[in-house]
Amino acid sequence: MISNSQLVNKYFRHNKKFPHIWCPGCGIGTILGSMLRAVDALALDKNEIAFVSGIGCTGRAPVYVDFNTLHTTHGRALPFATGLKLSRPELKVIVATGDGDAAAIGGNHLIHACRRNIDITTIIFNNYIYGMTGGQYSPTTPHGDKAYTCKLGNIERPFNIAALVEAAGATFVGRSTSYHTLQLQNIIKKAITHKGFSVVEVITHCPTTYGRINKKGSAVDMLSWQKEVAVDKTRAAKMDAKELEGKIITGVLMEKELPEFCEQYDKIIAEAQNQQ
Amino acid sequence: MNKKSSYRLLQGNEAVAEGALAAGINFFAGYPITPSTEVAEILADRLPADGGKFIQMEDEIGSIAAIIGASIGGCKALTATSGPGFSLMQENLGFACLAEIPLVIVNVMRGGPSTGMPTSPSQGDVMQARWGTHGDHPIIVLSPSSVEEAFHYTIKAVNLAEKYRNPVILLMDEVIAHMRARVSLPPESMVERINRVHPNMPPEWYLPYERSATGVAPMASFGDGYRYHITGLVHDAKGYPTASPNECRDNIRGLFTKIERGFREICLVDYEQMEDAEHAIVAYGSMVLSARSALEQLRESNCKVGLIKLGTLWPFPRFALEQYLPQLKTILIPELNMGQIYREILRVNAGKAVIEKLNRVNGTLITPSELVKTVKGLIR
Repeated sequence: MISNSQLVNKYFRHNKKFPHIWCPGCGIGTILGSMLRAVDALALDKNEIAFVSGIGCTGRAPVYVDFNTLHTTHGRALPFATGLKLSRPELKVIVATGDGDAAAIGGNHLIHACRRNIDITTIIFNNYIYGMTGGQYSPTTPHGDKAYTCKLGNIERPFNIAALVEAAGATFVGRSTSYHTLQLQNIIKKAITHKGFSVVEVITHCPTTYGRINKKGSAVDMLSWQKEVAVDKTRAAKMDAKELEGKIITGVLMEKELPEFCEQYDKIIAEAQNQQ
Repeated sequence: MNKKSSYRLLQGNEAVAEGALAAGINFFAGYPITPSTEVAEILADRLPADGGKFIQMEDEIGSIAAIIGASIGGCKALTATSGPGFSLMQENLGFACLAEIPLVIVNVMRGGPSTGMPTSPSQGDVMQARWGTHGDHPIIVLSPSSVEEAFHYTIKAVNLAEKYRNPVILLMDEVIAHMRARVSLPPESMVERINRVHPNMPPEWYLPYERSATGVAPMASFGDGYRYHITGLVHDAKGYPTASPNECRDNIRGLFTKIERGFREICLVDYEQMEDAEHAIVAYGSMVLSARSALEQLRESNCKVGLIKLGTLWPFPRFALEQYLPQLKTILIPELNMGQIYREILRVNAGKAVIEKLNRVNGTLITPSELVKTVKGLIR
């Protein structure tokens, strides 16, 4: 496997000023690392990768890495990526998006991208909170948990993102955590290879906002929690409902083959040209 | 190759679709909305046969996002909408202005605000087209006043978008969009097609937002080997977000400079019977048709009236008015809104001539006889 220094040299932008904007202890960099290792393991050409994001802490990921990178507007990474992919089907399009970006303001685009089955890999960095704006509750903040816009506890119920995208028609759904970097790397690798719309939900932590207001301890404590609650799909299959309470099932949760959008459109073009 | 023009009976929206294809548009993303839907339907049919692509998105926010993405991929991209959809597009329109992405938005104006009068003509979006997205930004807005112009202005819109790396809005009122007329379509070889300038230096030398002498930076398509960053944050020449006051200034001022340099080329204005005119009607869109007819009647009764027809609304072609101000006593501005271009005319006129507006917001047109009556009243 590629070493950390090789990874940095190969994929980080040499003409970009660092440090990055993320807080100490943030999980986003770890997830980005798993993604870069997946890209490296697949031996993809950097010119063939388009890395697209929306707004928020996660939205800042593309600027640091040496691909074709597009930092779009809040919630809109997927429709930007859809236009880009359809115009350049040869590109591997990877979208990085947060829980608020993907499931709140961009929720409509998310479900329609699933339904369309366009060959895009979407990594959803789920830290249960709007971090960049200082810790407001998001569509994945657990019921009863606190945020700076629900200091007495969240009265809304959270989305289960993996279940949502599966129901909406995604043809690959994976889930991991920012603790399980190797598992995450392998799932992202499979997601990129998958032909169709793939979603990888990554449970991660925001020690600065969500962790602080909910007294979850340090980043290390929050990572330890991810280690405790994550149960691999194969192990979960052998557990009963009571044992699974409070657990998060990880792994490749679902994978199926269905006609991909760009390939189908190519057939439309061929048919239209045939009729001329 | 066929070198002759062909003649066809076309609706305004059809002429837009024909113009888009003639200009080389090969990507359309849109969402159904009256009274612009014909553009989407025609392009959904015609684009694939040309090897182009059409996608119907989940809303207008997604539609403009998709055409921005496609433009970044190297396509010539266009969308068509009406008031409510145009409102939804505003945020990403600003993205395209700042990131300097060529694209065309066709906005067939309906009566507004809100759902308004979906099938009635209006010119209520003139100021929205200029200032609808937040922040200081330049924009190019063209407004055709006949079916044939709808064809030619669409081509012009695509070419200006490519040349200046800027969104261009084709603002049509519903009358032009749904009117049918005989249109002369030039052969393909006679249509001017402008393509964005691509970088020709080695990728390691490429600075995506370093302006060339024209004020416009060459634009690489994603996938062409020039790996770079595009963002809606104010950025430096490398495309990276910056908070440096000097770099922020250069970014925003640069947007304006490129359009200012092209000002004369961007401004489409026509003058009819202005040589000896002491009175002028300034009109755009369907109001030009009423004004022309009024002009005929007024000239018959020896009124020295002329017409200044604005094809470009933004940047506002102030010289069109300024050059005639010394000879003009009165100026009438008929608009299907509460007076939007009227305010620009007031500003440019600066108290020299008598300015009068004639406005209608009930979904009907201002007729030639009403114009004749108003002009005669002004002259008296």
